[in-house]
Amino acid sequence: MIPVKTLRSPGTSARQGYESFMFAVMGFGALLVVVPMLYIFGTILYRGLGKVLSPGFLTLPPDGAAGGVAPQIAGTVALMVGTMVLALPLGISAAIYLTEYAGRNAFTRAIRMAIVNLAGVPSIVHGLFGLGLFVYFLGAWMDKASGYASLNPPQVFWGRGTLLWGAATLAVLVLPIVITATEEALKTVPRSFREGAMGLGATKWQTIWKVVLPAALPGILTGTILAIGRAAGETAPIIFTAVVGFKTNHAAIPPLYEPVVALPYHLFYVVTELVEATPALQYGTALTLLLIVFGVNLVAIILRTRLRRARKW
Amino acid sequence: MVTRMINGEQTNTEAAATARNGVGTARTTRRTEDKRDMTVRVSATEVNFHYSDGFHALKNINMPLYDRHVTALIGPSGCGKSTFLRCLNRMNEEVDPGCKLGGKISLDGLNIYDGTVDKPELRKRVGMIFQAPNPFGMSIQDNIAFGPRLHGKYGKSELDALVKRCLEQAALWDEVKDKLKASAFSLSGGQKQRLCIARTLATNPEVILMDEPTSALDPASTQKIEEMMETLKREYTIVIVTHNMYQAERISDFTGFFYKGDLVEFGATAQIFTAPQNKQTNDYIKGKFG
Ligand SMILES: Nc1ncnc2c1ncn2[C@@H]1O[C@H](COP(=O)(O)OP(=O)(O)O)[C@@H](O)[C@H]1O
Ligand SMILES: [Mg+2]
Repeated sequence: MIPVKTLRSPGTSARQGYESFMFAVMGFGALLVVVPMLYIFGTILYRGLGKVLSPGFLTLPPDGAAGGVAPQIAGTVALMVGTMVLALPLGISAAIYLTEYAGRNAFTRAIRMAIVNLAGVPSIVHGLFGLGLFVYFLGAWMDKASGYASLNPPQVFWGRGTLLWGAATLAVLVLPIVITATEEALKTVPRSFREGAMGLGATKWQTIWKVVLPAALPGILTGTILAIGRAAGETAPIIFTAVVGFKTNHAAIPPLYEPVVALPYHLFYVVTELVEATPALQYGTALTLLLIVFGVNLVAIILRTRLRRARKW
Repeated sequence: MVTRMINGEQTNTEAAATARNGVGTARTTRRTEDKRDMTVRVSATEVNFHYSDGFHALKNINMPLYDRHVTALIGPSGCGKSTFLRCLNRMNEEVDPGCKLGGKISLDGLNIYDGTVDKPELRKRVGMIFQAPNPFGMSIQDNIAFGPRLHGKYGKSELDALVKRCLEQAALWDEVKDKLKASAFSLSGGQKQRLCIARTLATNPEVILMDEPTSALDPASTQKIEEMMETLKREYTIVIVTHNMYQAERISDFTGFFYKGDLVEFGATAQIFTAPQNKQTNDYIKGKFG
């Protein structure tokens, strides 16, 4: 037998021991990430699945401890769609301006600074900001301008929490993420695409609109959808700007000018306010919210894999 | 001679321009005649070019480009060939916005650096083929139709005819005629480059700039493109940058040798390759450096 010893140095054992130890520590750290996630989701799934699958839960409005969360699902989806509709054009425009048109100067540095800081603002501050700007300022002004405020008795129509203001507040919340995702996506479009288009006589705007944006769109959408999935679960931004805990009239498609009910706030409501709520109802509501967020993330992930497969430049 | 204003207005010989535009017959007759006179199409006069970092990339370049002839630009890497090519369609300004050009470059006697020049219109007339084939992520057909759609309104049948004609000119029609709706990314490298050539032809250029169009391709594809250039040069003024001496000798009528930003020697290809006046040219051609 060849003596194995010859391929070892005096420090080998100690080094190998240290390596194994370090890997064990890091593996433990990784496990610590997975455990709470599994625990939380497992508990909610275990205790809420029965309720979610029970007849009427996903299709009926709430009714004390009975009933369902159908209007809350509709409200949450409406908030997501509204957020997307507001945040996408604004975020994409800002990102195009920053990456394609603006040079590096004090102005763009200030904008970038603002974006970074905006991303760090706590969501409750976004909520209060939305209350101040959209509800008290813009909404009150719209009531005055449209004459609702001068009716007798004065009517409050836009100067209260509505779907529109909730979506607008959430749009501000996700804007930094949309801008950053769009900038990243624009940067991955190869320079040769732009040169090719310009070489054919395309103007800068034609180049961006017809070549760069279509190529970047899947990346932009992936980033945006992930951000909106995240925002869909937020309570603080919509608490003063859009939601109510309880409503009697439920339209299938919530109108922009009315307060909405939404899952995150409904969860808060059934846990803290609704006396007759059962744990099953509370867990069922939580599970529904989780499934919607996971569903949205899944869409983003599928989009991303398809994009990676399709891209061959 | 077609003379058009670069700022988009068309002046005289409207008929000639239309003939070039259409699927028409003027082009085919011209192809068989091959009566190439020695009109200077593009001329560079005392061109000095500085990149925004101050680098003096082109030094006092004087060069004529003759109508319907192929001019080859040769020289070691980094000597300014691509820079010169990009001066001819003002692409340097997109690559490096702070660059500066002195001297004059004219197309049909019109200064292309004049303040009134519409750059997209200039680039439509002075097309460019890049070293790495760069089709867009759309169908083969849409790649070709991209330029025409930018510059005018076309009916479907008109566009189909245009796509077919350009693909035929680029010797690609037979290979792709059954999959015009397939993604351009599904083509091989050589096919992609011919697609890019077809795409440029579709905007109906007068001058075509090619920056090492075959350096990334296999010999068979290279040969196809060289054969195509034989026919193209009867209609277009072509400038090609190449590292391949044999290619320059085979396909070009004139050759310019660049070295460190200088145009060391310019002349008829036959003369440059058999009796170069300059020792550096001779050394480069004989492969002593490069
Ligand atoms: N954007 C740029 N900014 C500054 N210098 C550049 C730029 N592009 C090219 N150069 C320099 O200009 C010189 C000529 O480059 P290029 O025209 O690409 O050479 P060639 O095509 O002959 O290989 C090189 O020295 C290169 O480093
Ligand atoms: Mg080059």
